[in-house]
Amino acid sequence: MAGAYLPIILLLAIAVCFGLGSLVFSSLIGQKKLSAVKLQPYECGCEPVGSAQERFSIKFYLIAMLFILFDIECVFLYPWAVLFKRLGVFGIMEMGAFMLILFVGYIYIWKKGALEWE
Amino acid sequence: MSYDPIDIALILGKIGLVFFVILTLAAYLVFAERKVLAWIQDRKGPNRVGPFGLLQPLADLVKLLTKEDFRPVGADKWLFYLAPAMAAIPAIMIFSVIPFGAPLTLFSHTIPLQVADLNVGLLLFLALSSIAVYGVALGGWASNSKYALLGSIRGLAQLISYELSMGLSLVPVVMLARSFRLSDIVAAQSGCWFIVYQPLAFLIFLISIAAECKRIPFDLPEAEGELVAGFHTEYSGMRFGLFFVGEYINIIVLGGLAATFFLGGWHGPLLPPVVWFSGKVLAFAFLFIWVRGTLPRLRYDQLMHFGWKVLTPLALVNILATGWFLVLKG
Repeated sequence: MAGAYLPIILLLAIAVCFGLGSLVFSSLIGQKKLSAVKLQPYECGCEPVGSAQERFSIKFYLIAMLFILFDIECVFLYPWAVLFKRLGVFGIMEMGAFMLILFVGYIYIWKKGALEWE
Repeated sequence: MSYDPIDIALILGKIGLVFFVILTLAAYLVFAERKVLAWIQDRKGPNRVGPFGLLQPLADLVKLLTKEDFRPVGADKWLFYLAPAMAAIPAIMIFSVIPFGAPLTLFSHTIPLQVADLNVGLLLFLALSSIAVYGVALGGWASNSKYALLGSIRGLAQLISYELSMGLSLVPVVMLARSFRLSDIVAAQSGCWFIVYQPLAFLIFLISIAAECKRIPFDLPEAEGELVAGFHTEYSGMRFGLFFVGEYINIIVLGGLAATFFLGGWHGPLLPPVVWFSGKVLAFAFLFIWVRGTLPRLRYDQLMHFGWKVLTPLALVNILATGWFLVLKG
């Protein structure tokens, strides 16, 4: 079975060579005239203040958590989608119940305002 | 499965072909985009380098390769260097599972026109498209620039939100084909394309891939009016080039997947399968360019609302409705 992945591994090796190779090649042939001003991060001509690797809005963190919740649900749907004919009406009732619970959670996060952007 | 030298040679040949074709196509897609946008805006577009400007991509490549290679003060060295490759490599990898033509028979050897016919091809696509998010996230964070940080966290939230609706819109396709194998999905569409059964899923998938490609109207991560260039503000030369080429490869790859999942892959009357497949991919690429020339950019709250409050519930309802219909039909 692992043999089926050989082409993928070969392609990965070639893609990595292409990616890194083009970076290394361009850094070899490109000119180098560095100066302190050129190396500053771009901030529309102003002097940069402080570091940019800072704290940012909690909203993005929340979205990431919601994504994980819903993505796991998505993962549950895939095996069912392959086998749902064999599982028949029982299977779809089960999936319906699963989605109903999920839907209650969805309504909850909606009402709590987790999906709002002010 | 064991391989003899002929198989290995065939695999390498196919990889070489795929690699050459998608890189060339990506380079010319940049050119095509500039040309088509120019025509939409009643301009001429690039027309100086070579006949009709056809050598423009080559000139761009030489320019990008010979640019100065530097990294801003305070940027994380390794992440900054590696992020562009992290964005481009998964895009190339996804193409390995797409069947781009009917299997060829040469000297009693059947050659599937597909780099790897995995039984979990669809899952591999979803996994690789998740990995592609790292390029944006790490590149923006490592740059030590505020615009890049804002662009990358915006991009991150956008990509994961629309990945959800993209994943959900593919569940009905799996239900119809009852396989994750992309060649099975194409084979299941030999009679009737899935877009006929699943117009809603197709629409959700189309919108989601536009957001995954970070294309207008979803190009918030690089909104040049407010964030300069978003996550790749600090990138120049070939590193910028890799981000750029990755994006255009993404358009080709996602167009190919849309054709595979909903438009019958390489199936089509009269013309050879490879021509049909390329035609469908190019049609999607043209659609994306056309949309870019036509629509304005969304606001960020509109973007997130649309993803979470419209596309995701619609996709879920669509799955249940499809399930009931198929089960009751028997």
